[in-house]
Amino acid sequence: MSRGRLLHLFAIAALAAFPLAGGPFYVELVGKVMILAIFAMSLDLLVGTTGLVSFGHAAYYGIGAYALALLAPRYDAANLWATLPRSILAAALAALVVGALVVRVKGVYFIMVTLAFAQMAYFVFHDTDLGGGSDGLSMSFRPVAQLGPFAVFDVSNPRHVYWFILAAMVAVAAFIRIMLRSPLGRALEGIRSNEHRMRSLGFSVPRYKLASFTIAGGLAGLAGYLLAMQGGFVNPELISWHQSGNALVMVILGGRGRAHAGIVGAFVFVALQELFQSLTTHWQLPFGAAIILLVMLLPGGVLGGVARLEAALAARAARRRGAAGLVEEGGHE
Amino acid sequence: MSEPLLSTDRLSRWFGGLKAVHEVSLALHRGSLHAVLGPNGAGKSTLLNLLSGDLAATAGTVRFRGKDVTYLGADRRSRMGIGRSYQKTNVFGEFTAFENCRLAAQSRRQRPVHVLSDAGRCKASCEAAERALEAAGLASRGTLVASALSHGEQRQLEIAMVLATGPEVLLLDEPLAGMGVEEARRMVGLLGALAHQHAVLLVEHDMDAVFAVAGVITVMVNGEVLESGTPERIRASPAVREAYLGEHAAAGRAPGGGA
Amino acid sequence: MDIASLLIQVLNGVQYGLLLFLVASGLTLVFGVMGIINLAHGSFYMIGAYMAFTLSSLTGNLFLAIALGIVLSIVLGIALEWAFFARLYRRDHLEQVLLTYGLILVFEELRSLVAGNDVHGVAMPQALSGSISLTSVLSYPVYRLFMSGVCLALAGGLYLLIHRSRIGMMIRAGASNREMVQSLGIDIQLVYRVVFGVGVALAAFAGMIAAPVSSVYPGMGTQVLIICFVVVVIGGIGSVWGALAASLLVGLVDTFGRVLLPNAAGLSVYVVMAVVLLWRPEGLFRRAA
Repeated sequence: MSRGRLLHLFAIAALAAFPLAGGPFYVELVGKVMILAIFAMSLDLLVGTTGLVSFGHAAYYGIGAYALALLAPRYDAANLWATLPRSILAAALAALVVGALVVRVKGVYFIMVTLAFAQMAYFVFHDTDLGGGSDGLSMSFRPVAQLGPFAVFDVSNPRHVYWFILAAMVAVAAFIRIMLRSPLGRALEGIRSNEHRMRSLGFSVPRYKLASFTIAGGLAGLAGYLLAMQGGFVNPELISWHQSGNALVMVILGGRGRAHAGIVGAFVFVALQELFQSLTTHWQLPFGAAIILLVMLLPGGVLGGVARLEAALAARAARRRGAAGLVEEGGHE
Repeated sequence: MSEPLLSTDRLSRWFGGLKAVHEVSLALHRGSLHAVLGPNGAGKSTLLNLLSGDLAATAGTVRFRGKDVTYLGADRRSRMGIGRSYQKTNVFGEFTAFENCRLAAQSRRQRPVHVLSDAGRCKASCEAAERALEAAGLASRGTLVASALSHGEQRQLEIAMVLATGPEVLLLDEPLAGMGVEEARRMVGLLGALAHQHAVLLVEHDMDAVFAVAGVITVMVNGEVLESGTPERIRASPAVREAYLGEHAAAGRAPGGGA
Repeated sequence: MDIASLLIQVLNGVQYGLLLFLVASGLTLVFGVMGIINLAHGSFYMIGAYMAFTLSSLTGNLFLAIALGIVLSIVLGIALEWAFFARLYRRDHLEQVLLTYGLILVFEELRSLVAGNDVHGVAMPQALSGSISLTSVLSYPVYRLFMSGVCLALAGGLYLLIHRSRIGMMIRAGASNREMVQSLGIDIQLVYRVVFGVGVALAAFAGMIAAPVSSVYPGMGTQVLIICFVVVVIGGIGSVWGALAASLLVGLVDTFGRVLLPNAAGLSVYVVMAVVLLWRPEGLFRRAA
């Protein structure tokens, strides 16, 4: 088994075992991080794979969350298996509509317009009564994971919720990995690499961008659903541009475009945030400074830095081997 | 002579007051290599852009197999069978040479909804890619990352990518640009071979190459067609000599005459 | 709504639109010349407003405060360009976006530390605090007319500077071909630094003169930034007239939207943006390709 695969299995096992050791606060926190990881992975599909920088991805995250809150009956528990697909669909549909309007917008204007549409969504939920206004909505009952006669798991049990989130994160990562190898994935990479040539070769670039935007929106909606499920409430701040900005930070922090960048980015991001919040109430100051330093000094993110380190170490080892080979005739590994 | 595959009728493109291309009419037939010559600024690249759909025409029409494609975008035209290579190497730098061609071939079998199948398993695209690499002389270099190829090999990859899309018309923008003698010779051989199955339009500065392979030559000056005809006629034309070939004729060096 | 009230709302819409035009001009100046998208542009607007508040409290005179504020903001702009933005030229959009996002967070927190999170009012200068009568019952504040005039004059002056002066020519040349300008012996670094300083000053100035009307509050920077983005998207690429038309459109739509549909107050401009995008993805006034 390759080293990479071993590492993956170890990480999944460690995450799975975590609730057995950690207290409820940390179980919930790590659950939130994994939710953010799904959110970040979905954004990396746009940014890292397709080359589309969206500053409004939180809109679909929020729509997925609000979908659950709005679908949930007032005096009864919703069914997870019924509401989950619908929430993902709602988010994907919203992404499809917005995407259809924005995929032909070029360059910087794309960033501006995605931000503007997210603000629109924010105002819809903040100013109108649709989603409870600025206070948001809380659900009287968490959804139940009932499939016919079987309660597949107990949503009121934090560990079960944690493991469900973990399963979702692994599934999303696997899905994205498979998708990148597919014809769609290859085309998206091509668009990021050389959009002009893709068009010249006969690809309808806007259609592919729309597909990417829609899928990314649906996955973000999944993350939002999980958040609402875990916490039991939603509010418009889920759609704030800080949320969108933070998601971009996670993407670049992980190492945009690299496998699992979203997961690494989410974990490091929350760790940094917790660190700064524990130091001062004005934590956004060191946080903002950290983001600035990150961009200036480590634009390839954590995974990029690791790759550079590995390459440097390998080069040094090769030089040593070369030197040793010169000194000892016939010396071999 | 059969119907032209690609033809233009008084095709024009203006940039404000500048007439970059003015009322150019030409026809490309399968089995023929049509070269466009002219000094810098003559409008050759603009003409190519108008034909490929990279630039919109201000006036005039472009027809492919008799159908008016003047207002169709570059991707539509490519799917119809008009392929184009670029003067400034325009490949996917991070992908391998093989993947460059495979992706190009994928454009013929677009299935964006297929998100779960491995694109690398598609026999048709992979075979098309291999054939294209072979034709362009890069059969052994497929696994190299495009940015690691030499300049000449990248020019070959340019052509390979277009070939992988199986076009009927080839619009080639200075394929010999920056190539060494040996590479250029190979490329000229390739161009000659391509002319048999395709309708080729070649924009080039390398006069020897052009006179070696072209069946028809159009000379452009200041956006307009100065003269169009067989290589012999062009070589003999006084107007062309004066406008363009003047220095070569005066130096006693006849252009072309065998590779 | 009767004619006089309609007129008042139109004037308000125009005034807001012209203010947006000024802010958007600074944004597109930096983007057009230096190729940098600066999300912190809204923060400069906020900084301007807070400067107006603190300096006018200190000096008791808004005009003096504004004069000082302009100088300070140019200095701030030049310092920021030297420290951060000079490194952003070759970077891609994501990195520019994130670095300037980090700056927004820093500015917001600094403002919180220095001036707190309360909403503040700024007094209008005596000379401009009167009203002009429109009808026997309705009148319109002189200060708002002053704002409109100043914004229009400044933006017009900026246009003249960029398109009709030697300095403007250097700036435009530097925008299209940096290396060439450098090889001609012009210090492009200095040009960029000054341009950025001007961009910051424009945003800050807009915040300063808007302060008496809109008051000074924490979220004002973000709010104006996003509306500016809507203006830029609607107005299209590279057109000054487009930016002006879009600014006025947005100003009027927003003003009337708030009056006619108070429940969906913030939404109206986004709906217009969506309609424009449906019709013309490159904006209303794109330059002919």
